[in-house]
Amino acid sequence: MTIHDTKLSRRTILQGTAALMVAFYLPKPGKAQAAAAADGAPFAPNAFVRVAKDNTVTVLAKHIEMGQGPYTGLTTIVAEELDADWSQMRAEGAPADNKLYNNLAFGPIQGTGGSTAIANSYDQLRKAGATARVMLVQAASGEWKVPAGEITVARGVVRHAKSGRQATFGQLAEAAAKLPVPQNVTLKKPEDFTLIGKEGVIKRLDIPSKTNGTAQFTIDIHEPNMLTVVVAHPPRFGGKAAKVDDGEARKIAGVVDIKTLPSGIAVYATSMWPAIKAREALKIEWDDTSAEKRGTAQLLADYRAMAAKPGAIAGKSGDANAALAKAGQVIEAEYVFPYLAHAPMEPLDAYLMWDGQQAHARYGCQFQTVDQGTIAGILGLKPEQVKIDMLLAGGSFGRRAQANAQLVAELAQAAKAIGPGKPIKLMWTREDDIQGGYYRPMFLHRLRGAVADGKIVAWSNTVVGQSFIAGSAFAAMIKDGVDPTMVEGSRELLYDIADFQCDVHTADVGIPTLWWRSVGHTHTGYAVETFVDELLQAAGQDPVAGRLAMMEKNKRAAGALRAVAELAKWSGPDVGNGRARGVAVVESFGSFVAQIAEVSAGDGDGPRVHKVWCAVDCGVAVNPDIIRAQMEGGIGYGLGHVLFAEVPIDQGRPVPKNFDTYRSLRINEMPEVEVTIVKSSEKPSGVGEPGVPPIGPAVANALARLGQKRPRELPFVRAAV
Amino acid sequence: MAEYSISVNGQTHRVDVLPDTPLLWVLRDELKFTGTKFGCGIAQCGACTVHIDGQPARSCQTAISDVGDGKITTIEGVGSKEAKAVQAAWIAHQVPQCGYCQSGQIMSAVALLTDNKKPTDKDIDDAMSGNLCRCATYVRIRAAIHDAAKSLEG
Repeated sequence: MTIHDTKLSRRTILQGTAALMVAFYLPKPGKAQAAAAADGAPFAPNAFVRVAKDNTVTVLAKHIEMGQGPYTGLTTIVAEELDADWSQMRAEGAPADNKLYNNLAFGPIQGTGGSTAIANSYDQLRKAGATARVMLVQAASGEWKVPAGEITVARGVVRHAKSGRQATFGQLAEAAAKLPVPQNVTLKKPEDFTLIGKEGVIKRLDIPSKTNGTAQFTIDIHEPNMLTVVVAHPPRFGGKAAKVDDGEARKIAGVVDIKTLPSGIAVYATSMWPAIKAREALKIEWDDTSAEKRGTAQLLADYRAMAAKPGAIAGKSGDANAALAKAGQVIEAEYVFPYLAHAPMEPLDAYLMWDGQQAHARYGCQFQTVDQGTIAGILGLKPEQVKIDMLLAGGSFGRRAQANAQLVAELAQAAKAIGPGKPIKLMWTREDDIQGGYYRPMFLHRLRGAVADGKIVAWSNTVVGQSFIAGSAFAAMIKDGVDPTMVEGSRELLYDIADFQCDVHTADVGIPTLWWRSVGHTHTGYAVETFVDELLQAAGQDPVAGRLAMMEKNKRAAGALRAVAELAKWSGPDVGNGRARGVAVVESFGSFVAQIAEVSAGDGDGPRVHKVWCAVDCGVAVNPDIIRAQMEGGIGYGLGHVLFAEVPIDQGRPVPKNFDTYRSLRINEMPEVEVTIVKSSEKPSGVGEPGVPPIGPAVANALARLGQKRPRELPFVRAAV
Repeated sequence: MAEYSISVNGQTHRVDVLPDTPLLWVLRDELKFTGTKFGCGIAQCGACTVHIDGQPARSCQTAISDVGDGKITTIEGVGSKEAKAVQAAWIAHQVPQCGYCQSGQIMSAVALLTDNKKPTDKDIDDAMSGNLCRCATYVRIRAAIHDAAKSLEG
């Protein structure tokens, strides 16, 4: 998920600079400081850092912890500049407040996505940590009556060597809180870092509670008189309930009420099981008049017809059509990518208490600003009357970042329907999740390429699919008929090809879609990297050397490719013993990831991927172990989906229902993974998504060297539909 | 509705629920043992794994009426030396990402190591392939189980 159209990003980053000032603007100093001192409240030098008297330092994380590690990463940045000891650091989700906690890559919107958490926070939190440090030093200087310049800070201890005095942050917090906030602070030199980029010094803050059952997720909320809500959704997208017989459902012990919402029929019960049973007992006639009734076979036929015509130009250099027309050898390929569900382990859920005047929502909130406005609108409140607590989320992969706030819209409608004063927890089951839409859109790619003298000389790529940006809060990203999220990775290649074109058709389909971990790169990475490999093979080139020869202008991508080749001791795709190796390299979200997969044909249930080598260049590496973990996880997530996953649609109805029919990667299918991080002093970029795109094409390219065809219709292993 | 008396983590609890209520929802909604998670409801993902008389069981497919006098252990109640070794290895290897499936993963891993002191990769596949992790922390789960086994040897 993403907001990373280059021009837009630049503009919003500029806007973000203004926001940075806002974040550091403190309420009337005298008043705030007096209040803080009186209450014994923690030292709060800015919106992000709280130093308590018990010597703990809490970082208010503006980005959701859904597994990708920002609670630890953001806290690392603050701790570095603060010279804190890691053991005193804590992280807590920041409240919804887009003036203090907006994503600087998104402009005025608070939210997490596009692998931006570290990238947009790096300078902001370094400054926040450094500010707190200066104030603690000044507090010590004042108390000890020694020059601030003689005071040092290391591992959470403030020290004056000459006088032998020292204090903890906690001991200085009260005095520091009374000082004015400095506007300009000096940041550390990277060579003085003791935490950022260091191996073995940081343990993730959220892991202990995730090994003993105490980590609190939304599903774990239980409040007095809370009602659990499940909703019967229409089987076709766009369907409506025409007639409801809830007589049997209401007889089930524990069922409190049943209401019609815009999104379906809601059952309110004292706990989950009666709610599930009552939903099953509902007899609903659905009106499908305005529902989408096409299936994936029909959509594919429609997309093919669209692909035969020229689309909106997304990228162009030279004249690809003319070059292809006169080329000796033209290779053509059509790729088909299915709808995919995100299927985070914790199905969607959210809690809301609304008393008629105020609302308090608690859940794994990924798009605070959009969600807050939506809840407020439905309940007739002002956004500031809606408090949102951001909880840990059991995965997301894009699913919780909803451009139309679909989940909390249902939550607020459910609260409104039963009336104020009743705390509710809305729960989706796995069936709701897999059948609930907001999929990675189905895509079709038509590619044509020509090789001459061992080189790729012409390239044309037509992309057909849905735009989830169209009609959303992010529609301004669409320019000249091109939704950049549909063609990122296709409109501009890492390779120099003289005659190049990418065009796009946007299909109008009534199946709701959404960004899905690595967004457009989920399909463009596969189409481009398998087709490049196929052309290089036709040109008689080595997959690594052939790519490098065309990457003159992309030093960082070439660097990642060289690094992975070195890590894997690449000596060509053929390794014998029934195995072969394939390679792929993809830039996404400003990070460069190259992977080599060693693969055998397998035993009839798809290829067996034995080992994956991975090189990542994500600029300054803040937490090396989290970066490795994200590469490992990205490889597993990407591999599971290219091998097994699809949501076929039958006459408008999604076919799979649960993990029995939406197949997910299991431990016995997970390859060994070895990751190297390319040393870089570039600005840090993200790692949550970029591990995903290269694995599919790397495996497909290995298969081609085992005498199989690179799969052109995903997934590789298709269940009988 | 019917009354049941069940043993969870060494204590007896009385609950009044529908007889077909899965043990999962009794643990979570009635007894507030929320470490055990809901992932699929059809025994496909293993997030709800608990021990019944020491054996791993999917609590989403175990009706309360079938529990009888089986002794239930949840993530909140594990404390054997195998459990401690597994939890320590999970931290040492920094296994969890989102963490939602990890109670189930740990319950399956503890059952494996209680039964098999030196599991091979194949044993790990067999014991752990019923537990999905959508973050795909599998590489570290495998390494952590091997490490926990080693620490138990010593």
